Amino acid sequence: MSARIIHIASNTFREAVRDRVLYNLIAFAVLLSGAAIFVGQISIEIERLVVVNLGLTAVSLFGVVIAIFIGIGLVSKEIEKRTLYTVLSRPVRRWEFIVGKFFGLAGTLVVNTFFMGIGVFGALLYVAHKFAGPDARILIALYFIVLQFLIICALALLFSSFSSPLLSAIFAFSLFIIGSFADDLRGFAGLTHGMARWIATGAAYLVPNFSALNVISAVAHQQPIGLQLILQNTLYAMVYAAMALSGAVLIFERRNLK
Amino acid sequence: MNSRQRTTVFAAAVLALSMVSSVLLLRHIDEIRPREIVDDTLYIASPKLVERASLGFNGLMACVYWTRAVQYFGHRHFLRERSYNELAPLLEITTSLDPQLLPAYQFGANFLAPAPPNGAGQPERAIRLIQYGIQHNPDNWRMYYDLGFIYYTELKDYKKAAEVFAQGSKVPNAHPFLKILAAVMAEHAEDFNTARLLWSAAYQSSSEANIRQNAMEHLRAIQVDEDVTNLQDAVTRFVQQNGRIPTSLWEIAAAEHLRGIPVDPDGVPYELSLDGQVLVANPDDFPFVTKGTPPGYKPGPLKFHNKLPAS
Amino acid sequence: MAAIEIMGLEKTYMVGFWRKRPKQALQPLHLNVEEGEIFGFLGPNGAGKTTTLKILMGLVFPTAGSARILGKDWTDPEVKAQIGFLPEQPYFYDYLTAHELLDYYGQLSGVPAKERKHKVEEVLQRVGLTDVRGVQLRKFSKGMLQRTGIAQAILHNPKLVFFDEPMSGLDPLGRREVRDLIEQLKYEGKTVFFSTHILSDAEALCDRVAILHKGELRGVGAIEELTASVQGKVEVIWKGTQIPASMKALGADCHVTGETVRAILPESQQDAAIDALRRERLRLIAITPLRTSLEAYFVEKLQHSQTTAGSAK
Repeated sequence: MSARIIHIASNTFREAVRDRVLYNLIAFAVLLSGAAIFVGQISIEIERLVVVNLGLTAVSLFGVVIAIFIGIGLVSKEIEKRTLYTVLSRPVRRWEFIVGKFFGLAGTLVVNTFFMGIGVFGALLYVAHKFAGPDARILIALYFIVLQFLIICALALLFSSFSSPLLSAIFAFSLFIIGSFADDLRGFAGLTHGMARWIATGAAYLVPNFSALNVISAVAHQQPIGLQLILQNTLYAMVYAAMALSGAVLIFERRNLK
Repeated sequence: MNSRQRTTVFAAAVLALSMVSSVLLLRHIDEIRPREIVDDTLYIASPKLVERASLGFNGLMACVYWTRAVQYFGHRHFLRERSYNELAPLLEITTSLDPQLLPAYQFGANFLAPAPPNGAGQPERAIRLIQYGIQHNPDNWRMYYDLGFIYYTELKDYKKAAEVFAQGSKVPNAHPFLKILAAVMAEHAEDFNTARLLWSAAYQSSSEANIRQNAMEHLRAIQVDEDVTNLQDAVTRFVQQNGRIPTSLWEIAAAEHLRGIPVDPDGVPYELSLDGQVLVANPDDFPFVTKGTPPGYKPGPLKFHNKLPAS
Repeated sequence: MAAIEIMGLEKTYMVGFWRKRPKQALQPLHLNVEEGEIFGFLGPNGAGKTTTLKILMGLVFPTAGSARILGKDWTDPEVKAQIGFLPEQPYFYDYLTAHELLDYYGQLSGVPAKERKHKVEEVLQRVGLTDVRGVQLRKFSKGMLQRTGIAQAILHNPKLVFFDEPMSGLDPLGRREVRDLIEQLKYEGKTVFFSTHILSDAEALCDRVAILHKGELRGVGAIEELTASVQGKVEVIWKGTQIPASMKALGADCHVTGETVRAILPESQQDAAIDALRRERLRLIAITPLRTSLEAYFVEKLQHSQTTAGSAK
């Protein structure tokens, strides 16, 4: 059982690596980090601030786009192109397929983030000429970004299991945007009453809380991040991904393949 | 079917469990997230930049920032913080994105102008905010009211206040009390009744909970101030007539032919100190009183009340 | 033990946008396939052949009924280790090479790592795909893809193989090779279940066939048995304008065209007709079968169902 999941995961990784779109996006993200260098030169003191902020935001945004586009391809595209037929006619359980795909995609994004992170550190080195102690916290911000990606991957898989590639991409991206405003959604829920309050509160808690996972601003200002927060966020990402994946499995188990 | 059923049951269990855990985790995370990060590092402090970043969805972003402004202030006010650095930028961004978001101006008038811990202590900025609002909402009489409000309460510039109230009363469909306020401002600016009029107007014309609460506290405080002033005058008269300080307020009540010792808006009787000062029994219950507090008194934690005084 | 036992498998789809109406793609099907035989699943396009295969593969869930494959419930995932499937017009991960694809599929089918490399080479040889190392599948021709499909179906040495239109996309040489391969598989003791709408292939290979039309089973049996009930016809052409009486006695339908006579009579009368011409010393020009016997059977079954379509539900 676990061997099959690993095989599916590594095949997915191989697929992602050979997908040319990936390289374009990575290159773009690295370029953007470079652009941050020029933007930062506008004001001497905030060079570092701009590089970290812009660089990490670029990593986050591009990673999400990559996660969504490749993630959607995972199931939707396979069903459309019927490559799934010969896979499922083998002793592969449908849930193994979903889980294997998830790990393959997650692995891809971790590697991605690694390379994009190098771009950010490179840009930082260029403007600051040396690293300071607090710069290590950029790694924490990158780690949280990877956690965001895990959630997005799981959501992309969830939507792929029942929806067309285009709709899945739209849903996933919308949830990313809404999730980034999760705090405001909670605040908004606090201001409403009655039925609207229930709906808003429910939505606010079900939507993935990306604002909790976004510490880019804090890291740019060289503030410390507590260990408790790191642990809780890790747990949250795992739990949320499990939620989306179990939903995907439930749906996919029942799906009649055209 | 058997393995499929097993998978279904297992997946459903995982789904339910993870849903519950994610909600619980979120609540916990909210508690441990450092609030300073959330509050004071507003990276985008420039309204123009926010507007461009909104990609045209100004209205939506205005709502987002308005929600944040209310949360920000409410949270800090409850903790009796002494600084509200981000309130002005939040309100400025809100109104820059949507100049017609009227509650924002009112909020600014009530909470930007007063000194900490009741406000940000930035009356000049509040005035600029309202003037911007008047520019973009010339048919709104409430703006003039809010502006005059600031001049009266914080800057004590009664002449300017009168001017503004008068201007406002000329707006079509303006509330009649603007005219009254303009007139009263000129002559009896420092009267208790004037202040009472102003704060009653604020209370009645707003539906924002924070503002009404604030207005009500002020009205209670005015009542106490008035009572203390009157009682103090009575003590002075007593001293003049009898050549000594009264031993208790009973003597005052007798001298003035009152039915009993006067009570504060909570029904607690006023007290008399040994050196003839009239004092309110529980000054902490009246956040805005200026009279009747013992020497060296410092206000304690904020308390909220629900009943208006019976004037 | 029957290799495949289909017990009342049925599939009804709901079609339509707002008000969904039921469309029965497969009526309750009862069918057995014995071990070691080559079984042909025939029918025109849209008859429900692919639906049946997809249900057996677990890609589609039946509305009713069940099946057993190699003695086990058809939904048992372990049974899949012993079957191979070639879908119609197969698609594969086009960013992989044939070697990588087969290696991946081998992993999924549980072929041990030690044997995999060897087996992949072996099966590629067998389907005639040489010199494809390092070439991504996106560059393969239709015929090459078809061969790859066959390769992945037999890679793990399954006992039972399902082919959906195995000859499609192949040139005549390729079709011959696949025919030989299917026979080889039978020789190795495997059971082959293949669906097709090309009758000549079925006639050449199959031990037994089933005919499906509009979701309904129209006939099952060994080819000789089925075709015994229906006769093909032959066309006999001879020189001259004479029509012997014996020809007419055979029930021939004769036409004179210029200097030749064409007669159409049942296949079984073929030899009697030749004798008649020889006795009359008439010159035989040609004998042409007008229909193969299986085709005749097929057509008759389809026509029959069309006329009874009104009465059937």
